Amino acid sequence: MSGYEPIRKVISGNYAAAYAARDARVQVVAAYPITPQTSIIEKIAEFIANGEADIQYVPVESEHSAMAACIGASATGARAFTATSAQGLALMHEMLHWASGARLPIVMVDVNRAMAPPWSVWDDQTDSLAQRDTGWMQFYAENNQEVYDGVLMAFKVAEQVNLPAMVVESAFILSHTYDVVEMIPQKLVDEFLPPREPLYDLADFSRPFSVGALGTPDDYYEFRYKIARAMEDAVKVIRDVGKEFGERFGRDYGSMIELYRTEDADFVFLGLGSLMGTVKQAVDVLREEGYRVGAAKVRWFRPFPKRELYELAKTVDGIAVLDRNYSFGMEGILFTETKAALYGTDAHPLVRNYIVGLGGRDFTVKDIRNVASDMMKAMEGGETSEEILWYHLKRG
Amino acid sequence: MTLETLFEQKNSARKISLKSVDEYPEAPVSLGTTLSNFTGDWRTFIPVIDDGKCVKCYICWKFCPEPAIYIREDGYVGIDYDYCKGCGICANECPTKAITMEKEEK
Amino acid sequence: MIEVRFHGRGGQGAVTAANILASSAFKEGKYVQAFPFFGVERRGAPVTAFTRIDERPIRIKTQIYEPDIVVVLDPSLLDTVDVTAGLKDGGTVIVNTEKSKEEILSKLKKKPAKLALVDATTIALEVLGLPITNTSILGAVAKATGLVKLESVQDAIKEVFSGSLGEKNARAAEEAYNKTQVYEL
Repeated sequence: MSGYEPIRKVISGNYAAAYAARDARVQVVAAYPITPQTSIIEKIAEFIANGEADIQYVPVESEHSAMAACIGASATGARAFTATSAQGLALMHEMLHWASGARLPIVMVDVNRAMAPPWSVWDDQTDSLAQRDTGWMQFYAENNQEVYDGVLMAFKVAEQVNLPAMVVESAFILSHTYDVVEMIPQKLVDEFLPPREPLYDLADFSRPFSVGALGTPDDYYEFRYKIARAMEDAVKVIRDVGKEFGERFGRDYGSMIELYRTEDADFVFLGLGSLMGTVKQAVDVLREEGYRVGAAKVRWFRPFPKRELYELAKTVDGIAVLDRNYSFGMEGILFTETKAALYGTDAHPLVRNYIVGLGGRDFTVKDIRNVASDMMKAMEGGETSEEILWYHLKRG
Repeated sequence: MTLETLFEQKNSARKISLKSVDEYPEAPVSLGTTLSNFTGDWRTFIPVIDDGKCVKCYICWKFCPEPAIYIREDGYVGIDYDYCKGCGICANECPTKAITMEKEEK
Repeated sequence: MIEVRFHGRGGQGAVTAANILASSAFKEGKYVQAFPFFGVERRGAPVTAFTRIDERPIRIKTQIYEPDIVVVLDPSLLDTVDVTAGLKDGGTVIVNTEKSKEEILSKLKKKPAKLALVDATTIALEVLGLPITNTSILGAVAKATGLVKLESVQDAIKEVFSGSLGEKNARAAEEAYNKTQVYEL
């Protein structure tokens, strides 16, 4: 690690996102405000007003248009950024396919917020996970530092594989919580993230061409394969970029799953995003009480870290999957993915699903201890709850 | 682009057929041009212009969806029959009935 | 880890107070976290905000249920909100009030180990000309808890409010610091 002097500030997750967009030298931002995302784009507007950033800000009338404007900008070679949340992300859905299909490395921050109805502005992962199949990469931040780092890395990865990337942070738990963030001096960010070299430039009028025109059954298939392959290639790029980030700035993201005290663990908690911070805290408490437990935080959900999950699954007897999301008619989404990734391998841990914290219900150290004892019971073959446990459900 | 260069490009344009996924561009950009797509083949009825009735309003030029109508050097309109599909929109829109659709003999 | 809970009403600046306290501790080399109650804020409605301060990075992402310190920005809340709910044994309560120690204690469900009282509203009206008590009450927090130095609080205030507004708010904090009565119980 180079002995650099970070810029330390106490800022919210949303401000961390805005500072990262500024430091990434984003050229175009098109966004529409929505709670709890609003302060990201307000801060960016402030940077522009103060002359701190040279950004073309495009005010639009909806999230669908926000993404459309980012697509247009990105197709001319610009570095484009937006941010949204919940219903806004859902409204963008069509355009998300467009961004990946046209192979545009747009980066977006999604503030995880529960889908209505009933209206809720609180943390829930279903909004972003419902965009699983849009061809966007997804990075889940545990804390404000990871929001900042995630945006910088997302641009670098996205521009290498020519796919868009989503950096996901929790409503309020990160977006409105002030925490210490170490920002990187501009010169060093520039060295890490050089100007984009676009795959094509739609504004090159000397050689006019079109993008995304009709793909007949004779051609469409090949372009889907290209996206699939780019997503697979992204696994290596993500690990390389994460490692490089660690070497330059001291915070290593070389693995797609972050392991915490998993060596010698009987079982691990597996989950996404901010709730894993509390889980790490709980792991320390549980270890003191004699439980051999660890935590595994899935940083990148797309591409899915199949190989790393397998390596982990081989070493443990159980995986307690914590899902702050749900796929109706099935189960927690990470639970499905986990089992699918292990199917047909020689890793056979007991995998159980805990549905926690939907719509922002607080998930505390005490709750994690309860999950741990349920998990231990299941592993010992004793009386347990159902395989998919709606942990917080009021049962009278 | 002048009409001459357009016609030159038209003559040299060809359809590209890709045999292997590796030949495809990474993004779905259209390498070729629709110049190679001679939609004039589709035509059953052909528009014929009577310059005597034409008032140079260019409504046909605006409405042609291809567009296969161009403005000649003398100010009247011409039709590029390589691309005109014979849809008849020009004839329908023409306020002076200067364009008529006739059965094409092939 | 020290956990602080602020009680105020929407518009009184409880959330800003929690952030400024965090920034003050950050200036003294601590790790911090500050956040509002994750709710929908409306002017005049009871609101809570939280600050965590620790020597190590703070990983926990839950709300605070057992605070070490409770700060009450609006005395009328004592009649409607159980401000000492979950207060740790040995905890501190700081109240903006013009009332006596006895009167305040009679309103608290749990007796704290330390009680600090300051008439932050009068100070805010005198110094700022507005009944916004968040910066004044932080002077009382510095005095009663020793958690942060008054100078750190003032520096953090000036980062949030620029120019003469910052100077005035810093002075309000100092006034409150000097006028806070601290009772060991």
